[in-house]
Amino acid sequence: MTPLMTPATVSTVPGLNAPQPIPLSETKTLTMGKAINEGLRQAMLDDPRVVLLGEDIGALGGVFRVTSDLLAQFGARRVIDTPLAESAIIGTAVGLAYRGYRPVCEIQFDGFIFPGFDQIVSQVAKFHYRTQGAVRMPITIRVPFGGGIGAAEHHSESPEAYFTHTSGLRVIAVSNAQDAYSLIRQAIASDDPVLYFEPKRRYHVKGEVVPELGLSMEQAVIVRPGTDVTLLAYGALVTTARDAALAAFDEGISIEVIDLRSLSPVDYAVVEASVRKTGRLVVTHEAAQSGGLGGEIIATVTERCFSYLESAPVRVTGFDVPYPPAKLESCHLPDLDRILDGVDRVMGRR
Amino acid sequence: MIDFSPQLVQLLSIEGERIPRGDFDPWVEDLDGPALLALYRDMVVVRRIDTEATALQRQGELGLWPPLLGQEAAQIGSARALRRDDFIFPSYRENAVAYCRGVKLTDIVKVWRGNAQSGWDPYTVQMATPAIIIGAQTLHATGWALGAQRDDVDSVAITYFGDGATSEGDVNEAMVFAASFQAPVVFFCQNNQWAISEPVGVQAHRNIADRAPGFGIPSLRIDGNDVIAVTAATRIALDRARTGGGPTFIEAVTYRMGPHTTADDPTRYRDPAELAEWKTRDPLLRLHRLLTSLGEITPEVEAATAALADAAAAELRAGCIGMPDPEPLSVFDHVYATPNATLERQRADYAGYLTSFGAEHDSAEQNRKA
Repeated sequence: MTPLMTPATVSTVPGLNAPQPIPLSETKTLTMGKAINEGLRQAMLDDPRVVLLGEDIGALGGVFRVTSDLLAQFGARRVIDTPLAESAIIGTAVGLAYRGYRPVCEIQFDGFIFPGFDQIVSQVAKFHYRTQGAVRMPITIRVPFGGGIGAAEHHSESPEAYFTHTSGLRVIAVSNAQDAYSLIRQAIASDDPVLYFEPKRRYHVKGEVVPELGLSMEQAVIVRPGTDVTLLAYGALVTTARDAALAAFDEGISIEVIDLRSLSPVDYAVVEASVRKTGRLVVTHEAAQSGGLGGEIIATVTERCFSYLESAPVRVTGFDVPYPPAKLESCHLPDLDRILDGVDRVMGRR
Repeated sequence: MIDFSPQLVQLLSIEGERIPRGDFDPWVEDLDGPALLALYRDMVVVRRIDTEATALQRQGELGLWPPLLGQEAAQIGSARALRRDDFIFPSYRENAVAYCRGVKLTDIVKVWRGNAQSGWDPYTVQMATPAIIIGAQTLHATGWALGAQRDDVDSVAITYFGDGATSEGDVNEAMVFAASFQAPVVFFCQNNQWAISEPVGVQAHRNIADRAPGFGIPSLRIDGNDVIAVTAATRIALDRARTGGGPTFIEAVTYRMGPHTTADDPTRYRDPAELAEWKTRDPLLRLHRLLTSLGEITPEVEAATAALADAAAAELRAGCIGMPDPEPLSVFDHVYATPNATLERQRADYAGYLTSFGAEHDSAEQNRKA
């Protein structure tokens, strides 16, 4: 009888005869996209059970080049160019996870995730619960998300709330190169399924990256301390929020900017402490307002910090419209001025 | 009797010679010199439009463009076989089909300029607007066909998709439904060999045309760069659908000579020798050879065709550059068919926000003047 292939035997599968890039061993300045690439590389070196699946992730290196050179280094058994079928990408990742692998799925664009939505919501999210913990789903689903790149329909969406509304999934959104590197490694190492959102308009923004796991992916981070207003952001809008805080500072308003990082679960310890200090809260996201994460966070903060609030919290978000054509996206996306407008409202200036 | 065996059907050789074939020839008997010249003119014009659109993208006038270079015969041959009351459900690359349908050139590029999520009213041209989610439109075509079936009309739905799309669940489910209900729908697959960077072998280990018979759908595998074979196959499929014969699958074997879109770089994954080989099978070249042998190509015809193409390119360019940007508040338009209080509130808030800017701007202006 042929012995079953166990996950451990996979490590003996050689890569192609290609130059083997040396993993990150010291501080380097990398783009966010390259930082994810390095994180994937390190995760694959650390654990032979890590396999990548996605459309065009092989020779092309993905449409955003996030998986560049990984096929050459690890071979086609671990870097799998899949047929065009998102449900199959997620569904087969479930099967691989069943067998002890740690699949990392790339969904090419945010708006392409929906053919795989059923597998994510009905299978990936529920397996651990369904089997009373017997079957783990250490699946990472990478999703380039958000707008601001002048793209065609289905290429600029922010679908995170569908997933934060789904119990059993962890959801994170990175905003910078260091987190991109550290959190992709943490996401892959997690025994829970993780939706990992990459703000595509920041792929080319450079930052210093140290090859460390850093802060837990569950933790929110204060990226700029302040005393008057708490401003929550994630993904691409962290940079915008920080710019808004700089501009407000010139007008005498001190904004504390928090990068949520984890969207499910939300790190309420950091959020609540900040709101208790400032008494004012603004939440910003690109996704539509109704049913969005901002509403959930504001509800929770209101429940827990009601007596600390000086004014009604405010959401600065995309409108409740399908993502608009490129020529209108600058209206739809929260920008510095709209965030400052929200700040004015919680400050009672409007 | 049509031979539905998976042999590649070719009626026009690479050298431009007409290849006789008993079962297909009756369907293209009317394609005489002038008729073939008309198809050639269409192909020249759409290639010119395609080239101009690529140039407009490079010049920053379009955000993106999905070239159809190399697929002119597949699109023109099939589109010209349709009746006006047939309905087309395309992917995003069928701009030659849209041209045949009479879509204004400016409207074709409107979506790619980022001015709107679609460029035309589907009901005025009997053609749906581009579908970007891969393969989704095949189900829409099947549903439209179910409607035509229930209305007892002999209109047919045709859906265009690529080799990559055949891997999607939607396309397979569309074939299940179409076969189950014998829907009057034509599945027109342009196998252009590449799904962005993935060669067709990633999607299918056998010819794509082989898949349909398993669903109970007769299948034709044709040379998609041969406009005569494309015309014949499409007419056969349409006739089957019109006369209650149910769905037909056509695999038009062609080649994406350009990038997937202007954002793509095929040099990262494609052997240039492959492109060179396919250039010898260029759909325009072989039709030009046939027309030359038929005596249809004269210096006057060449000049007139070039003038037609240039005029189309000029019209496209002028229309594209002259297109006004959408008004900011139009971002709230058409989300719902009926009034929506939540959205109206957002529209009013945003209008107020924009006005506050204008006021600030005006007062700053006045201050400077004062």
